[in-house]
Amino acid sequence: MAPTGFIRKYVFSLDHKVIGLQYYGLAVVAVFIGMVLSWLMRIHLVWPNSPIPGLHLLSKNGAPGDVMTPEYYLSLLTMHGTLMVFFVLTNAPFAAFGNYFLPIQIGAEDMAFPRFNMMSFWTTFAAFCVLIAAFFIPDGPPISGWTAYATLSAVGGDAGPGMAYGQTLWGISIAIFCIASLLGSLNFIATTLDLRTKGMSLMRMPICTWAWFITSCIALLAFAVLLPACILLCLDRVAGTSFFIPSGLVFNDHVIPHGGGSALLWQHLFWFFGHPEVYIAILPAMGIVSHILINSMRRPLLSHRVVIGSMISIGFLSYVVWGHHMFVSGMNPLSSLVFSFPTLIITIPATVLTLIWLGSLYGSRLRINSASLFALGFISMFVSGGVSGFFLAQPSIDIYLHATYFVVGHFHLVMGVAAIFGVFAGTYFWFPKMTGHMMNETLGKIHFWGTFIGAYCIFMPFHYLGMVGNVRRYSSFVDDFLQPYLPLHKFITFAALTTGAFQILFLLNLLYSRFKGPKAPVNPWECTSLEWTVPSPPPFDNFGGVHPVVYHDPYQYGIEGSTGDYVMQSSPETIAVERDEK
Amino acid sequence: MGKLFAVVLVLIAIGSAIPIVMHWYPMAQDISTHGHLIDDQMGETMAEAGIAFLAAQFVLAFFVFRYSDRKDPGKIRTFPGGARTMVVAAVLLVGSEVLALGIFGQRAWAGQYFTPPGADAMTIQTQAGQFAFYFRYPGADGKLGQQHPDKIDEGNQNFFGLDPANDVESRDDVVTAELGIPANREIRLLMHSKDVGHSFYVRELRVQQDFVPGLDLMVHFTATKPGRYEIVCTQLCGLGHYNMKAYLNVMTQEDFDAWMKQKTSEQ
Repeated sequence: MAPTGFIRKYVFSLDHKVIGLQYYGLAVVAVFIGMVLSWLMRIHLVWPNSPIPGLHLLSKNGAPGDVMTPEYYLSLLTMHGTLMVFFVLTNAPFAAFGNYFLPIQIGAEDMAFPRFNMMSFWTTFAAFCVLIAAFFIPDGPPISGWTAYATLSAVGGDAGPGMAYGQTLWGISIAIFCIASLLGSLNFIATTLDLRTKGMSLMRMPICTWAWFITSCIALLAFAVLLPACILLCLDRVAGTSFFIPSGLVFNDHVIPHGGGSALLWQHLFWFFGHPEVYIAILPAMGIVSHILINSMRRPLLSHRVVIGSMISIGFLSYVVWGHHMFVSGMNPLSSLVFSFPTLIITIPATVLTLIWLGSLYGSRLRINSASLFALGFISMFVSGGVSGFFLAQPSIDIYLHATYFVVGHFHLVMGVAAIFGVFAGTYFWFPKMTGHMMNETLGKIHFWGTFIGAYCIFMPFHYLGMVGNVRRYSSFVDDFLQPYLPLHKFITFAALTTGAFQILFLLNLLYSRFKGPKAPVNPWECTSLEWTVPSPPPFDNFGGVHPVVYHDPYQYGIEGSTGDYVMQSSPETIAVERDEK
Repeated sequence: MGKLFAVVLVLIAIGSAIPIVMHWYPMAQDISTHGHLIDDQMGETMAEAGIAFLAAQFVLAFFVFRYSDRKDPGKIRTFPGGARTMVVAAVLLVGSEVLALGIFGQRAWAGQYFTPPGADAMTIQTQAGQFAFYFRYPGADGKLGQQHPDKIDEGNQNFFGLDPANDVESRDDVVTAELGIPANREIRLLMHSKDVGHSFYVRELRVQQDFVPGLDLMVHFTATKPGRYEIVCTQLCGLGHYNMKAYLNVMTQEDFDAWMKQKTSEQ
């Protein structure tokens, strides 16, 4: 029975679609906070002594007279990274779209554990509130970066402002987030394995369902490691333990009373989560983009199986390469050598995926709209961000490029912009299904051009700065050596502000279309998967109590002799020759 | 719109390659004996990555240009060879190329990390702490005195926690805030952090190594060109991180001897 009260229907809802929208809403809030923080940082970088009106309202100590202090810059970069990685890149492509569409795509009425599902969203929300609270405590947000390297993060208030309660809040927030993600990924796995409708074999699942399924397997293992790591970190901070703190450390001329721990252990535990996290962000985007591209090209990808196989191998390899973040960390140099090879080998499945996308474009009937533009933009960004991985996978080159803007450019392009392009593509594609209204295409295309060109203008130059040796996490560039590059930094700041403005256009489009957009038909893009067989927006139990039956592979496009050029997955229509995969 | 996408993409791809091809953004000059291996490896990787980048963007642009918004609803064609060719090509071509990069790239890494410094290398210890580097030379006896964390007293300039009253070996140790070294002499740099993680990065030396609290680490290098170069901490180490820098002063042997004499007299 569909709930009727406001609280049960919209707030503590058990409906996977409402929970998906809640995740999406939270990601939108987080991404706008994260984006504003990046604006503040960019402005501070190029005009370090200029006041930013109103900044003192955020932090009196961090911005006396509205001028940001260099310490507050470090706080902002920590909060920017944490918000973006956890609350945007994990939430939007995976939890938001996955929650909304995974059950519908496999013909289920809801998730396997609806109460778990509700709990995982509200736990994520609690984690978000705890993290945001760090802005409003007296000593401000932590300054240790989103990686929170020990011992800086573990020793407590001795390490500077924000490193007392701010860092503890960070640890608690991430621990809560891990619990939420574990609940969510268990739910995804159970739903995919258990609730598929009749005829929906594993190989008949759409690629995005596969991507969410693989991602939930990765997330289950990755967050299961980060959770105890965060608990141990918090214990070091508040309970006097020394998991990450070795003996004999001296702060302010005093030896601190910890001993016996290992600072490197934190890095291993963190990156054992941190590297798979990259794929938690990018794999759902790959799935969404594949789904949209197939629909736009009016043809299936060259091989469903190879795409799924590549995604599984990327997921597996993501577990054996965490050490490539630690080439210069002081671990055994032989380990660096060993970690370098699987990192380079990831290039193979990533290249296969790219070649499959490109090869499938050949000879297609590509329809251009906002969703397909963002999907094509994703491929371009994925390649641009991916090739710089060649450099960083080699320990010898990492000696020079580590901790420079080259790294910043690399991961922003590949896991930031590419994943966000997946989210934009998904939004333009599924908005009619989620709201029952069409989005404005003109605004969508303007948004695409601003974002596509803007993102290149911001993140490509980062690679050049890294090449000349401009290190990251410095809040100003006043040295003689970097002065010649200040104009490029200014250009990046202008590009960041402009690109951000285009995101406000997107937000306006989202709100405007939700209320004023033209009514959406059931299947506006002539797509074949199950979500396009239900009304827009879908009713409480998705299929009106009648479970669909699946007769075909998910992507029956370009069908000769059929009424249209496609056949729905749930249509019993006989197709003369089932497509033979090469 | 598809054609516009293709044109913009080609412009972006070419525009991205130009600054590298024109050397507008060069690597910092190399003043080390091992740096050319890293630079060569970087050049080879740049060539491979550049070709892969341009090829993928151009093919994407071409296919979008050719096949988007087709007026004629022509028959859908499959890419010659299909997925199997793609997989074989990726495994053979890309796999062998990146593995070759990986294998050849080990020369530079092995030279730095698997080869111990020569017996006549000059030993210097560096200590990183919030937010400064200090350097310690063993003095005439060639031995570094013991460190005692509880004796660290920055107010009295005892940065390393030495105990000259009881420890003979520490009495002639020379402590400086600048890393002075002679050119063309191998340096064995012992690294130690007193509080949090830091890093030692000299772009021109092609040396970057983190300091990890609780671990004693070592790097070795030979600088070839006299001059003053920046040492940066690249590991986020706290509120003063943005300010944590020191200088490497590479001198001729005579200048170094004179510098060391002066530093010794200042202790």
